Amino acid sequence: MFDDEGMEEIKQIFLEESGEGLDIMEAGLLNLNLGEADLEVVNDIFRAAHSIKGGGGTFGFMEVSDFTHGVETILDQMREGKRSVTQEAVQLLLETVDCLRAMMDSIRDSSPYDEPRINALKERIEILLSSDNEAAVAEGAETSEEPALPTKQLDSDTPTENGQADSEWEIQFQPHPGMLQNGNEPSRIFRALAGLGELKVTADTSKIPVFEELDPDCCYIGWTLRLITQEPESNIREIFEWVVDECELIINKVVGAQLENVELAEPKVVPIGNSGDLQPKQSEKPVAELAPDSEVPKVAKVAVPKQPVKPDVDSSKKTGGNKESSSIRVDIEKIDSLLNLVGELVITQSMLVRYSKDCGDSILGELRDGLEQLERNARELQESAMQIRMLPIKVTFSRFPRLVRDLGLKMNKKIELKISGEQTELDKTVLEKIGDPLVHLVRNSLDHGIETVEKRRAAGKPDTGVLHLSASHEAGNIVIQVEDDGAGLNRERILEKAIERGIVGEDEQLSNDAIDNLIFQAGFSTAEQVSDVSGRGVGMDVVRRNIQDLGGCVDVHSNPGVGSIFTIRLPLTLAILDGQLVKVGDDTYVIPLLSIVESVLINPERLSFIANDSTVYRLREEFIPVLDLKQTWQQYVEVDNQEEKDEEKDEEKEEVSESNRLANKLLVVVEADRKRYGLVVDDLCDQQQVVIKALETNYKNVNGLSGSTILGDGAVALILDIPSLMRLYFKNEAIDRMATIAS
Amino acid sequence: MQTILTVDDSPSMRSMLSFALNRAGYKTVEADNGVAGLEAAKKQLFDLVITDVNMPEMDGLSLVSELRRLEDYKFTPVLVLTTESGDEKKAKGKAAGATGWIVKPFDPDQLLNIVSRVLG
Repeated sequence: MFDDEGMEEIKQIFLEESGEGLDIMEAGLLNLNLGEADLEVVNDIFRAAHSIKGGGGTFGFMEVSDFTHGVETILDQMREGKRSVTQEAVQLLLETVDCLRAMMDSIRDSSPYDEPRINALKERIEILLSSDNEAAVAEGAETSEEPALPTKQLDSDTPTENGQADSEWEIQFQPHPGMLQNGNEPSRIFRALAGLGELKVTADTSKIPVFEELDPDCCYIGWTLRLITQEPESNIREIFEWVVDECELIINKVVGAQLENVELAEPKVVPIGNSGDLQPKQSEKPVAELAPDSEVPKVAKVAVPKQPVKPDVDSSKKTGGNKESSSIRVDIEKIDSLLNLVGELVITQSMLVRYSKDCGDSILGELRDGLEQLERNARELQESAMQIRMLPIKVTFSRFPRLVRDLGLKMNKKIELKISGEQTELDKTVLEKIGDPLVHLVRNSLDHGIETVEKRRAAGKPDTGVLHLSASHEAGNIVIQVEDDGAGLNRERILEKAIERGIVGEDEQLSNDAIDNLIFQAGFSTAEQVSDVSGRGVGMDVVRRNIQDLGGCVDVHSNPGVGSIFTIRLPLTLAILDGQLVKVGDDTYVIPLLSIVESVLINPERLSFIANDSTVYRLREEFIPVLDLKQTWQQYVEVDNQEEKDEEKDEEKEEVSESNRLANKLLVVVEADRKRYGLVVDDLCDQQQVVIKALETNYKNVNGLSGSTILGDGAVALILDIPSLMRLYFKNEAIDRMATIAS
Repeated sequence: MQTILTVDDSPSMRSMLSFALNRAGYKTVEADNGVAGLEAAKKQLFDLVITDVNMPEMDGLSLVSELRRLEDYKFTPVLVLTTESGDEKKAKGKAAGATGWIVKPFDPDQLLNIVSRVLG
């Protein structure tokens, strides 16, 4: 009856919550000091396991519940001080966390569990439980008896043995005076009994003291109950389950009382009314004195429209700084649509501004004021909407303690992981995509950066290497750094390799940083032997590519013998962008401000034309490749193509006309992959924040463009993706050659 | 309409309790730990309190004894959710003043059965 949508939703909540629980377990386990564990931490871990086990059972994932049971037992013993926290136990628990994670994934995509893995771990848990401390074993055995559900028998509403004859029972029930104070109400017990059959109640009021001595909180009355029922004795006892320790209870079968007819039970029969399906058909007797408060439970049967499951205002004002209360789960689609709307608002606003400019002096001052306010509102709204998408980088950082620990053990290196700036917030999408590149950088630092203990000793460094992961805001960007105190990059080796591969010319003079950053070139690895930790050198260029795809950049700064710092810079968000609007012909394009180095007026004398229609510009002492946006895009326009063909008739002339054509135009110098390029544009317009609209939603992805935006006048402007545009038009090797030829 | 306070640190467990209880016509208020539960109980009178045992801030057993100290909750039924069937744990619950217990795992029907037993 409950296996419907509502339950499905709750199961989803359970899965999410279990994920969080597993994170807590993992983080806690990594924090445990072997030997003398912090009780608070063990308790947290236990609680998380406990919730997963309880929820697993409740929501029908018996395998999960079953598997977690052993884990919970181990943790319970630890927190009761009956089991010491050993490396072995922690390792096993960590592995069970991984396994549980895999189980949750299986549930999520309804794939089968990895039975062999589960069974292998279960076996190891069993072995651990049955090993060391005898006390623990006994305890474990006790807790491992699955609870006999108190409701089980109650639940079996069909008489246990069908056709069994009625028996009569006499029940002597004398509550202890304090029983009422646990909330156990005798009349409720009687109602439950009456639910089993016909009940006759006689009260013994002889123990009620004189008024002066009477404590109204105490129960002085005893009862003798006669029950005629088909139910076995265990079901009768079950009803007294909660009060057995708080009363004198004697239950006897009245021998020979196979009653056919129970008319005698007249006035004191208690009607039950409630208990749903337990309600026996026969007892529809009127309410007697024992049930004065029976405005009972039509409720239990009334189907009521689903109530919002939200807590009242009172209870939502949580006292503790609980993590759950400080974050909300919002469907990302909702946020995206909100962001979209706000984007539209910004567009409307800039449209209005344009109109107000056109109207000149005649416009009312108020309109301007109003527009100013609209602008402010829109900005604030946009900012706050954007905030919803932001999550602390902690989410990503939290996987590293485990990773570093495991890798450290594997490589036999001593490593201390420092994390700072965990609260720095990033766009959710950026956050998700930055994980893999970060893992790669961390692995790289552990593998190639931090030395073995022996080497560190030889170099006079402390045994334990330090890996520092940090995040911070810097001038509208997010900066993430991976810093190690290892050996630093081997520049000679890098340069050697680069020359060997023809990436760098033999006699080329490169700065130290330039050499270091060669490691981000494709297929570059200096590792003497390939290790299974950081791979085969197909990594760093992919790392760089991934980060560029997020609109960011990465570089390395290394100091031989002291360590290396990898620095990733990322935009705050992927939804809006600080852009420079430029005019190319009749079209407006947006160049991300982040990519722009400077803009210069083109001096035709500084232009050189070389083979393959390539152009370079001498910018101070540096030659940079030039991309004429107009020409580049013109090849897609047939009419213009025709003109160009005419021009090509005379090569000599063309060069001159080219020079002239580019004269008085502007060169926007951009940087991509640490190289500079020039983009020829007709004019520079405003700098403004633009709301990025994906091209693929309405058209398709275009190489060299990162999206489009709608300008104040309603026109569409394409946003240039500088790194991919440059990759598109300049092959890496070609650039250096071009520069060399030109000089 | 009878109102039930549910106290559990697990959102899914709270949702499940509310879902089942609301459907059966009870009103519910949720709290995510003992402290929050106690606050809620002081602000509003509940007909029944269902609480988990293992919770941060204040555990379920402390909540039960705190509740019993309040004049308004002297006789109010309080059920503890427990995964342990061991008598020791049950005795602890009783000693703290709990009316009875609900052993996890349970399904919504079992829950309603027990609830109707104390709210009858």
